[in-house]
Amino acid sequence: MEDLKVKVTDLSLFYSNNQALKNITMDIPEKKVTAFIGPSGCGKSTFLRTLNRMNDLIDNVRIEGEVLIDGVNIYDRDIDVVNLRKKIGMIFQKSNPFAKSVYENIAFGPRINGITQKSKLDEIVEFSLKQAAIWDEMQGRLHNSALSLSGGQQQRICIARSLAVNPEIILMDEPASALDPISTGKIEELIHDLKQKYTIIIVTHNMQQAARTSDLTAFFYLGELVEINKTETIFSNPGKKQTEDYISGRFG
Amino acid sequence: MNRNRKDIIIESLTGISVLLIIFIIISILAITIKGGWPNLSWKFLVEFPKDGMTKGGIFPAIVGTALMTLIMAVAAVPFGVITAIYLAEYARENSVFAKTIRFAVKTLAVVPSIIFGLFGLGFFIGFIGQNMDKIFNGGVMKWGQPSILWASLTMALLTLPVVIVSVEEAIRTIPVEMREASLALGATKWQTIRRVVLPGSVTGILTGTILAISRGAGEVAPILFTGAAYYLADLPHSLSDQFMSLGYHIYIMSTQSANVDATLPIQFATTLVLLLLTFSLNAVAVVLRYRIRKKAK
Ligand SMILES: Nc1ncnc2c1ncn2[C@@H]1O[C@H](COP(=O)(O)OP(=O)(O)OP(=O)(O)O)[C@@H](O)[C@H]1O
Ligand SMILES: [Mg+2]
Repeated sequence: MEDLKVKVTDLSLFYSNNQALKNITMDIPEKKVTAFIGPSGCGKSTFLRTLNRMNDLIDNVRIEGEVLIDGVNIYDRDIDVVNLRKKIGMIFQKSNPFAKSVYENIAFGPRINGITQKSKLDEIVEFSLKQAAIWDEMQGRLHNSALSLSGGQQQRICIARSLAVNPEIILMDEPASALDPISTGKIEELIHDLKQKYTIIIVTHNMQQAARTSDLTAFFYLGELVEINKTETIFSNPGKKQTEDYISGRFG
Repeated sequence: MNRNRKDIIIESLTGISVLLIIFIIISILAITIKGGWPNLSWKFLVEFPKDGMTKGGIFPAIVGTALMTLIMAVAAVPFGVITAIYLAEYARENSVFAKTIRFAVKTLAVVPSIIFGLFGLGFFIGFIGQNMDKIFNGGVMKWGQPSILWASLTMALLTLPVVIVSVEEAIRTIPVEMREASLALGATKWQTIRRVVLPGSVTGILTGTILAISRGAGEVAPILFTGAAYYLADLPHSLSDQFMSLGYHIYIMSTQSANVDATLPIQFATTLVLLLLTFSLNAVAVVLRYRIRKKAK
């Protein structure tokens, strides 16, 4: 049995009085890819954002239940959210590089962690870009603005940027939904490579993408976790009727 | 009267008002250029006034205006930026404190400028300056009288709302995705502000600074009692010296001079210099603001 990385118990989330997540309980294994699927508005992004406490930034959010990462409840009072987020990378649906050079984008995380030595930064930038499989394309244009790159390249720069702080978990919210098939293929390949080292959680609307990239798949519906299982099982032999209807395209 | 007639009347009324405004602006420009341009020369810009201001140039007024607005900017910009950061990033929209600050900023923006002058006289000179003299100078008068420092600080109060509004607007155009990217990397809120929000707001800070300078360069009332001088044979050398300023110089020549008619050409030329200065500063600010708005879309 693989090691457990994230353990969620009875998690509920309310936006003011509107309950967006209902008593979610789930285990997420280490160094595997877990996919979240489900119709729009079912709470996938909301759930993903509870894992690095990004929902803290929204006013009037109330959270109940537990999220243990490596056995520690990240909603405990004495948890340092800043340190927690260093451990967890996040890739957003809309790629969001800073209006800085490629180099400065990647060096952003190391710099806020106090690394100032040029040679050390160079090394981290190169290593991160290589890990994100975009070093060859970027080598000669490290000092160009990241905003001048294509959408697919921007998204991989964002991945490299999050790798530069050495996370353990990477959260991806529909990372390829705005990209063409070739860029999407590159991101999927990258996910496959990265799971040797990182625990990856990916939200996707694309069933084939979930099937291709993930080891486990969780199906959400109206704020509830309907089921989570091995990806093959979910796609070949789902346990619930709702799941089957959704993946066969009968609704959602 | 049918709809159509009403429309035509309203359209013509609005058209006429627009034409009227354009006519007024063009007249002002035409009169100052016609009266001022022939008297404008390099010498005029770099010479001291002569013969009871009926001859010579306006060099000390240009330098004084420049120095005063510079000191003003040094005081108003950091203070304004910090307030804008607080309002945009830290204040809760509905907190009493934030509402109070907003109300204060709005009120500050509509206070007549002569009131700032009186306030500067009472607060900076009468209270701070005189107490400084008592404590540090053994009662010898140095700070307790009008000077370029107090005039600049008074002007800074007047232009503070301009800076705050421009900077806050620019800060709010930084997309939430950029902040989230930074925070998700483990940056603290302050690191995010310093490394993402402020660099993205540079144009806004610049716009605010320029607008403040252009406003401060033209105002007379706030410096009337706080530091502007009628005539000085020398440039200011220290913060406690008085100074000459373009706006005040025009006022003096047109109302206080022994021979107003003889100073007319110089009045026109000085007005032209002041207009060119504020127009070009405003033009730069308009361009910068346009760029920020375009970027925000
Ligand atoms: N900031 C917010 N404030 C209030 N309600 C919100 C907020 N964000 C999301 N919601 C609500 O919470 C529910 C879940 O939204 P969420 O974005 O998590 O869905 P999702 O599964 O990611 O959808 P999609 O597939 O469209 O991205 C929705 O009903 C949404 O309207
Ligand atoms: Mg979503």
